[in-house]
Amino acid sequence: MSTATIGSPSDRSARSPTIAGSASNRADHVKFLIFAAAVLTMPIWLSPVGAAYPDLVQKFAIYGIFAIGFNILFGLTGYLSFGHAAFLGVGSYAAVWSFKLLTMNIVPAMLFGVLAGGVFALLIGYVSLRRSGIYFSILTLAFAQMSYNLAYSVLTPITNGETGLQLAHGDPRVLDGPAGAGLPSTNLFGVETVGYSGFYVCAVALILAYYLALRITRSPFGMTLRAIKSNQNRMNYTGFNTRPYTLAAFVISGMYAGLAGSLMAVVDPLAGAERMQWTASGEVVLMTILGGSGTLLGPVLGAGIIKYFENIFSAFNDQVLSRMFDFLPAGLGDLMVDLVQPFVGDGWHLTLGVLFMLIVIFLPGGVMEGVSRVAGRLRRVRSDRTG
Amino acid sequence: MAILDVRDVCKDFGGLRALNRVNLTIREGAVHAIIGPNGAGKSTLLNCFVGRLTPDTGTVTFNGKSLLGIRPHEINQAGVARVFQTPEIFADLSLVENVTIPALAKRDGGFRMDLWSRVDTHADVRDHAEAVLEDVGLADKRHAHAGSLSRGDKRRLELAMCLVQDPKLLLLDEPTAGMSRADTNATIDLLQRIGERGITKIVIEHDMTVVFTLAHTISVMAQGTMIAEGTPEEIKSNPKVQEAYLGGAHP
Amino acid sequence: MDAVVLQALNGLDKGGAYALIALGLTLIFGTLGVVNFAHGALFMLGAFCAVTMQKLLTLSQKVEDTSVTFFKAYKEVPYLEIWFGDTGAALIDFAVPLAIVLTIPVMLVVGLVMERGLIQYFYKRSHAEQILVTFGLAIVIQEIIKSAFGANPIPTPAPEAVAGSADIGAWLGVGQGLIYPYWRLIYLAFSLAIIAAVFAFLRFTTFGMVVRAGMQDRETVGLLGIDVQRRFTIVFGIAAVVAGLAGMMYTPILPPDYHMGMDFLVLSFVVVVVGGMGSLEGAVLAGFLLGILQSFASMNEVKAIIPGIDQIIVYLVAVVVLQVRPRGLFGRRGVMEG
Repeated sequence: MSTATIGSPSDRSARSPTIAGSASNRADHVKFLIFAAAVLTMPIWLSPVGAAYPDLVQKFAIYGIFAIGFNILFGLTGYLSFGHAAFLGVGSYAAVWSFKLLTMNIVPAMLFGVLAGGVFALLIGYVSLRRSGIYFSILTLAFAQMSYNLAYSVLTPITNGETGLQLAHGDPRVLDGPAGAGLPSTNLFGVETVGYSGFYVCAVALILAYYLALRITRSPFGMTLRAIKSNQNRMNYTGFNTRPYTLAAFVISGMYAGLAGSLMAVVDPLAGAERMQWTASGEVVLMTILGGSGTLLGPVLGAGIIKYFENIFSAFNDQVLSRMFDFLPAGLGDLMVDLVQPFVGDGWHLTLGVLFMLIVIFLPGGVMEGVSRVAGRLRRVRSDRTG
Repeated sequence: MAILDVRDVCKDFGGLRALNRVNLTIREGAVHAIIGPNGAGKSTLLNCFVGRLTPDTGTVTFNGKSLLGIRPHEINQAGVARVFQTPEIFADLSLVENVTIPALAKRDGGFRMDLWSRVDTHADVRDHAEAVLEDVGLADKRHAHAGSLSRGDKRRLELAMCLVQDPKLLLLDEPTAGMSRADTNATIDLLQRIGERGITKIVIEHDMTVVFTLAHTISVMAQGTMIAEGTPEEIKSNPKVQEAYLGGAHP
Repeated sequence: MDAVVLQALNGLDKGGAYALIALGLTLIFGTLGVVNFAHGALFMLGAFCAVTMQKLLTLSQKVEDTSVTFFKAYKEVPYLEIWFGDTGAALIDFAVPLAIVLTIPVMLVVGLVMERGLIQYFYKRSHAEQILVTFGLAIVIQEIIKSAFGANPIPTPAPEAVAGSADIGAWLGVGQGLIYPYWRLIYLAFSLAIIAAVFAFLRFTTFGMVVRAGMQDRETVGLLGIDVQRRFTIVFGIAAVVAGLAGMMYTPILPPDYHMGMDFLVLSFVVVVVGGMGSLEGAVLAGFLLGILQSFASMNEVKAIIPGIDQIIVYLVAVVVLQVRPRGLFGRRGVMEG
């Protein structure tokens, strides 16, 4: 449903997802405009599937940015980071601190989020990128766990530990002047950014993030990254110093994560350490490969699909389930409830794990590959008929 | 004039002496073959030229500059390109991209952060890449995936990736290994054609037809030592060489 | 002085757990060439074997509570106590060590099924895909345990007889006051015994020799006409059992919950990286080394100087080791590189 709708403008690029550099400039711009229009009109065309409310569309946009950024690292260079949630968390903390100390205006908050994500990625990337392959994955995972542990312990003055960092009455907010009663809400130069206006902030950020990713993919820098993924050994003997390229990709994707984290704070001004947990890092990996790593649109699709189903599945409880299977005979209905129940509600993570495995086993190229396979088969069938 | 000068190079691997006081001088513009039985140390020597290995003792000088302790990409930037025993190409990328990448490295150096311009707007690089693809006879496949090529075509692509950089020195590690006769002949033709450009080449090869067709000078290695050097005729008639190497191959 | 010895001992039992997990990880890397992100989940499964054993032994019947006289009350009495009296109670008390009869077969089956059912299809695929699929499996195992046993840690005490503490100070003659729980000593001895058994198995049996040869050079061993594949499958089973036993015995030290596996996995991977990918000796030594370091870092005296050091010491060591010796302390060239 949501897949098919977002998927349709992507068919052209899906045909040859690996030769991302080959599409023409004009085709890219047409696709970009369709993408931008689709993102901005999400509240309209998502209402038939019951997904058109602010919280959810905000999530689509924010995780879309996170996944696009992750894909710049994983999809282009092939370096599998298992610690990207750390940058997301850092971005959130930076944004909330900006709200607390400076102003409720979201622009500085977002800038600080991006900056914090980037600086943090520079530090972690500098060390982790000394190794490649699984060493790299393990190092990034270790650093993220370390950040998570620190956020819960020593860094409590900055992170406010388990409670999470929140706005408070006593916050200085030096640029805002005296506050009225109650906690202020985030704003963009005076326009409140809650609900749908918050979504439009995220949507514009997503569109810009997508455009930057498009430019990067088509640029010499992007082509170099894809070459590193394809054959790093050859790159060294081709005169490229690969380390700064991979580090730059790592920092850029860290900045994307920082932006996504700051947007989470924009739509809901609090930040907690659980955003940095390894499950969150695993989730963005899943989004990216589910949609199709290395493609432009895939990660956004993957993020949308996962957040959509998370929303649906988590909402199920026993009552909803038994109503769902009402039409079956009593015994069979109960059986179905028992069978389905572990996978929904709190069990959503089980579904996620199963989905993860199925995708890696059967469709490592993700939805985008699936789309291009189907499209290819259709084309063959059509040419068989005509020929 | 010597473009590459190797003096007293030794390399041990855990007590095993792979290179034993090797001396070698490559004249500019020459095609210099290094032959010898398996395990003679040819590939080890080649690895010392490109920064993959560092000799334990001795010097390697390229164009008057020492190559020791310099990283592979810097050596390439200095003008040394290498063809591997099994073709090392970018299998997931198109042929044009495969050749464009080394051309960019040549033009922009080891690192340049250009993430805004489109690759296809860099006409100079793209034209050069297409021209070189034309040269090696792969122009009609330029949008194919490199991974889908035959082994012979992959070798030609790898050569194109080196040639597009106009290297001063080209290292060829068994360029015809595992090829059919027809592919081998095509490769010899290609190497002869690019020989006309005056690129200095070092060839490691087992196929004697290739060696005697291409090389101006031949060095013979055995057990980590240089045992002879001379023109193809001299090598053919050198009794030491026949004993160590050719004796087994051509009784 | 006492405190130093105590901290070293404290680190040794945790180090033992790291070493056992890292040992299994290394065996699997070395033989199958697979990166198993589900290995922590196997450790956790072992711990829940102990929980299951405890539950099985304490299956209870409702009987009338005669000690309450003024109304009719019931209490739960385990069948074992009803049937066997004090012997039954003693059996229940020894639930954790007795769980070994459950853990070994269960973990062996889990290991073999996992290898035949999933891992074998991933030999030829990229490390990234191996990581991803085993990561997915880890989530699945974890969530199944969560839905079966709940999310809270389940206390699984050690037997009464060894529940106390040993006066190590007196044993060593360094004075009073150095006391240490018996169970932790048992855990240390147990992990050393398992490590010794695995090494002896690899060194002195033909099976082990083939496996070691296969770790060096798989193709050659295959050419000798030896069915390396089947042996490697069994190695996977052994690694699963080792991880499971490590988890089972750890339950009295740390009440198990469904996500304990991931915490141990991350640290065990760091152990493997520090020890050197592919080196069994490295995995064991680095396991104990990091366990001890972690324990010292959590001393108040140390934390007073560098706050938070206990949380990050292991990662810091890993970073330093990788900068100084990129292949780890005992790493060989060419193992898992590229």
